Amino acid sequence: MGVLVNKGTRLLVQGMTGREGRLHTELMLRYGTKILAGVTPGKGGGSVEGRPVYNTVKEAVKEHPEINASILFVPAPHTAEAAYEAVDAGVELIVVITEHIPVHDAIRFIEYGRRRGVRIVGPNCPGVISPSECKVGIMPDHLFKKGHVGIVSRSGTLTYEIAWSLTSSGLGQSTAVGIGVDPLVGLDLIEVVRMFQDDSDTEAVVVIGEIGGDAEERLAEEMKNSGGGIPVVAYIAGLTAPTGKRMGHAGAIISMGEGTAAGKKKRLADAGALVADIPSDIPKLVRKGLEGSVRS
Amino acid sequence: MRLYEYEAAKILQNEGVKIPEAILVETPSEAVQAYRRLKRPVVVKSQVLASGRGKAGGIIKAEDEEQVKKAASKLLNSKIRDLPVKKLLIQERIQVAQEIYLGLIIDRSARRTVIIASSEGGVEIEKLAAEKPEKLIKLYIDPLAGLNQKQGEEIASKIGFQGREAEQFTNILQKMYQIFIKMDCELFETNPLVLTKEGTLIPLDARMIVDDNALFRHPELQKRIEDMTELEIEAARKGLSLIQLDGDIGVIGNGAGLVMATLDMVAYFGGKPANFCDVGGGAEAERVAEAVKLVLKQPKVRVLVLNILGGITRGSDVAKGLVDALNAVSRTVPVSVRLAGTGEEEGRAILSRAGLKYTSSMEEAVREALGVS
Repeated sequence: MGVLVNKGTRLLVQGMTGREGRLHTELMLRYGTKILAGVTPGKGGGSVEGRPVYNTVKEAVKEHPEINASILFVPAPHTAEAAYEAVDAGVELIVVITEHIPVHDAIRFIEYGRRRGVRIVGPNCPGVISPSECKVGIMPDHLFKKGHVGIVSRSGTLTYEIAWSLTSSGLGQSTAVGIGVDPLVGLDLIEVVRMFQDDSDTEAVVVIGEIGGDAEERLAEEMKNSGGGIPVVAYIAGLTAPTGKRMGHAGAIISMGEGTAAGKKKRLADAGALVADIPSDIPKLVRKGLEGSVRS
Repeated sequence: MRLYEYEAAKILQNEGVKIPEAILVETPSEAVQAYRRLKRPVVVKSQVLASGRGKAGGIIKAEDEEQVKKAASKLLNSKIRDLPVKKLLIQERIQVAQEIYLGLIIDRSARRTVIIASSEGGVEIEKLAAEKPEKLIKLYIDPLAGLNQKQGEEIASKIGFQGREAEQFTNILQKMYQIFIKMDCELFETNPLVLTKEGTLIPLDARMIVDDNALFRHPELQKRIEDMTELEIEAARKGLSLIQLDGDIGVIGNGAGLVMATLDMVAYFGGKPANFCDVGGGAEAERVAEAVKLVLKQPKVRVLVLNILGGITRGSDVAKGLVDALNAVSRTVPVSVRLAGTGEEEGRAILSRAGLKYTSSMEEAVREALGVS
């Protein structure tokens, strides 16, 4: 089964007629994703890869009521509007690929979606793939293979890296979710780990974190409190990175930790996660986790 | 982007918040003229983008012309927290009865704006949070409803304000919240916000950080580049994210996470990265070529690791960019290429034709660059 996307996903592509929209419509179709239509304001009546383009999400959903997910390649200044449109039209899952979205826009459209039970992945994310079933994203899909390891990642390209190392060592994936590189995203690390914990097809979870923020610290806290579950393997990038953009004084008060890679690694290890030093160690740790796990 | 105190104060003033009278100057003689116009005791405040400025000696009280001139000369020749002081604010001195802290910030985990206030302002807020957490008032704002009147009154009352003081406070808070949203702020604080001996509330300082992603909505703010080396500035102009480090291994990759992991791996195998360089998503040949040229401009670089795993980025663009750059650069530096993902076959064909080796594994590429078997 996997999480978020599967064979039942019927996709809309917002921003379909742009350079990236066109390229990835083609690549997703080739992978087998069921794309029903696209939207670009002012380009209604046209088509991309044989899929009709509409001016609004409302029109597209009216013509294709099976649509249950949307992927956004809309330029940053217009992304918020596009997301509101998709939420209003009743789309259940929205994947926002666009980067450089103003943080106040993201706060509002994510909140707007959450209040209506809409799952928003991203912004600034590579998307979601359930190998051999459905890809709603921009990841190079031949690096992924169907299997039972769930991946949730705060990084973009590092997700591909780790998926590839798992695939090369014979460990396929149930679903890989890139939650987004921005410090403020919709669906978060903890929510995705919970989904994997509840998914009968997922036997282990790989968490790919990064310096900054406190998502990993909060995940560690939750793991400590809930206990048990399927094994969690974690890798945190940025051990040697120069201290990133600091939010200044007030920022330190509201996060649980300092957001360093070392701090995150320690917290996760203390909470029972298997923590990798380099990405190529992850497959070994997944196997180790599976050996000691109950569900496999 | 961080704003200077005088810029943030001006924004407050434009919204109708009373701020101390102040004049921006760049020389000691301008400082004296400013003092003559203000006709009262002043404080001479360095305009630098660093917090803890007062503690670092960046703020000096002055009673007369002579003292103003002395303070201005001293500050304009100094560095505060490593930043050269180029501008001063000559600000009227306010008779303070109480100092308050008031700040708005985005809590990224909660996906909310949070208001932080304290009746004990004037000190560093993180120190206060550590020593007297009970003195911090925090209020999360619903992003769709915004800040309402009752919430403002509640904070005023928790600080201990009543009547006219409470009214002034809620008014300032409401305006700061409006500015926070309108100006796409990540942080907006005033520390201290003071209650004068006459019972008026006045922000004595203002700090603002505007979201870089929202600068397109604020053409009035002149974009500036802070705390960057010349090479980093050049990179930023070309749409590349480059940070110079101490080592001798040049690193280029696509995606911050992958580049970070590459740096970590270089360090793990005993090497020292010379830089962080992210060409970003969808990099075209030209951008990759620029990245290679910039990284090789660092004489200390003795080997280059190019780590590309294509998503939006196409392997053919990367390979073409690398080959173009190596042809254009006069020095010969060994290059260790890892190329996989979208367009890898075309990319590898281009590399082969140019006589360049490649691998599909990041670990292999790093090991090769470092000569670790």
